[in-house]
Amino acid sequence: MIDRYIILPIIAQMFTAVLLIFFWRKVVVQRIISVLGSLVVLVLSIGLFSKTWHWGYLVMQAGNWKAPFGITFVSDAFSSTMVLLTGFSGLAVSMYSTVGISRQRIQYGFFPIFHFLLLGLNGAFLAGDIFNLYVWFEVIIISSFVLMTLGGKKPQVEGGIKYVTLNLLASVMFLTAIAILYGLTGSLNMADLSLKMATIHNKGLIGVTGLLFFIGFGIKSAVFPLYFWLPSSYHTPPSAIAAIFGGLLTKVGIYALIRVYTLIFIPDTFTKNIFLIIASLTLLTGAFGALTKRNMRMMFSYLIVCHIGYLLGGLGMYTTLALAGTIFYLIHDIIVKTTLFLVSGLIYKIRGTMNMDELGGLYEDYPKLSLLMAIVFFSLVGIPPLSGFWPKIYLFRETFTTHSWYLLVAMILASLLTLYVIAKMWGDVFWKKKPAIEKSTDDFAAMNWRSKFMLVAPIALLVFISLYIGFCAERINVLSERIANDLLHPKPYIEAVMGPKEIISPQSN
Amino acid sequence: MKSIILKTASNYLLPLLLLFAVFILLRGHYKPGGGFVGGLIASIAFVLHSFANGLQNTRKLLRYPPGAFIPVGLAISLLSGLAPMLIGKPFMSGEWLSVQVPIIGLIGTPLFFDIGVFFVVIGVTLTILFTISESIL
Repeated sequence: MIDRYIILPIIAQMFTAVLLIFFWRKVVVQRIISVLGSLVVLVLSIGLFSKTWHWGYLVMQAGNWKAPFGITFVSDAFSSTMVLLTGFSGLAVSMYSTVGISRQRIQYGFFPIFHFLLLGLNGAFLAGDIFNLYVWFEVIIISSFVLMTLGGKKPQVEGGIKYVTLNLLASVMFLTAIAILYGLTGSLNMADLSLKMATIHNKGLIGVTGLLFFIGFGIKSAVFPLYFWLPSSYHTPPSAIAAIFGGLLTKVGIYALIRVYTLIFIPDTFTKNIFLIIASLTLLTGAFGALTKRNMRMMFSYLIVCHIGYLLGGLGMYTTLALAGTIFYLIHDIIVKTTLFLVSGLIYKIRGTMNMDELGGLYEDYPKLSLLMAIVFFSLVGIPPLSGFWPKIYLFRETFTTHSWYLLVAMILASLLTLYVIAKMWGDVFWKKKPAIEKSTDDFAAMNWRSKFMLVAPIALLVFISLYIGFCAERINVLSERIANDLLHPKPYIEAVMGPKEIISPQSN
Repeated sequence: MKSIILKTASNYLLPLLLLFAVFILLRGHYKPGGGFVGGLIASIAFVLHSFANGLQNTRKLLRYPPGAFIPVGLAISLLSGLAPMLIGKPFMSGEWLSVQVPIIGLIGTPLFFDIGVFFVVIGVTLTILFTISESIL
């Protein structure tokens, strides 16, 4: 169905960003505008989600040019879910940033750039044209470069350089793959590409192009072996920035990978095996990496890498249920990883350090807050009935039906190691007696109640969503199975974009 | 740099270059030109003025800090994209008025988009160049 509503979450985000630049030096005004803007975007995203749920597919042609030529925006269940999750994370991080980001950083333009980042994310999720997707990726990475190095501390710049280099390399791969694809088919519209790929006989070249996309998106979503930029850069910026990076930036790579590998390329056995092997290695390296780190945020960064393995493994198995598991895990992961970094920021505010050897006694000092944080850790590990548990059922089950045993082993090991790492961290940070070295001051206790509220409320909001995902899992089940089904049967998607006609897509045979 | 020739010349060159920038801006769309090139030429005009008369005088001439042009330009471009939605066309549709205006030609949303780009380019270029030359001096 043709609907202009799609563009609204994107425009609202851009409008907020532009409005914020007008108030470049006015810190208080910027805080208010950012939170209100995020709230508006969230409401629009909820509207988009319910509309898409009702109509199935929404399509808009920017500039009023017909489908294979103009810039298409498509919203299906998958993309509208991602936009919705971006809305929730965006609102939470925006609220947290009003207190968590220093006055100086705000004066250097934190909020406008933050909203440009969210603009890029929303755009990437709604793009129906592969070159347009590339452009949104550029918007995302350029904003993230600025956010990563804002403040200009030495470790930030050091982490930023690794981040920039690897991400530019990924962009080059992505662009090269698009160029080859355009040379093969003469089209950039994803629905049109899906139709034209079926008519190309040179299957080898298609496979290679697909793998180029995999390398490009793989670097961006930090899969083995090119993941090292992530743990060496994500612990350097302030926690609010790391939260939006950890929650959404790697996931947009996975989103694009799933989109490309269901709509344009169909993985053959060889590609599936590559996915499975790399997923297993990502799971293991991430988990073992987390084991060695004593800095909380570095440990969480390794856990991001580890859990990307679940998502990639689900795509590698390539059955409806495995994809449903991947989607469910994606929904859970975005919320939980965002919360995790916000929690680490709150702990930093309380204790002034991230080093687990110097932390301790948090449960003694803040019992209620610790219980709130415990919910996050429990859902991250996947204790039933919290959110991390349900997608793993799908994924474990599907390893049996597809006989991918090494993935099963890797998944179980990664789950256990995550449990061990989190349990150890819980013991160190919350239960252990506070070490005698007294040098830190409690910034959190000195705050007034409004600042405290702005720090705790976003965490509580995300924890509530995570609990909802866990306790109303059957609803998320319905959603993720519908998305998986849509992804594996793209005919209605193509019809919605190209108009109804005779469709021979590679998925149909 | 104190040069009487450059100083005198820049006084005449500034309005000429700005006029040329606007000409290039309006010439765009169907012929070579447009907001980006026009914006660069306009910023060159101000940079030349600053070489001859010093940065402080150019800032005084501009009245507003160059960074202020960026949100104005972005807002104009965004609104030009939104305007077609009022008459029920999709975002960013090119809508033209049928009246021919002398000198400017046809007026339509792409023109306003280009004007927005023009301001953003002036803002960004001048901010970068002024910041660099201030940190050198």
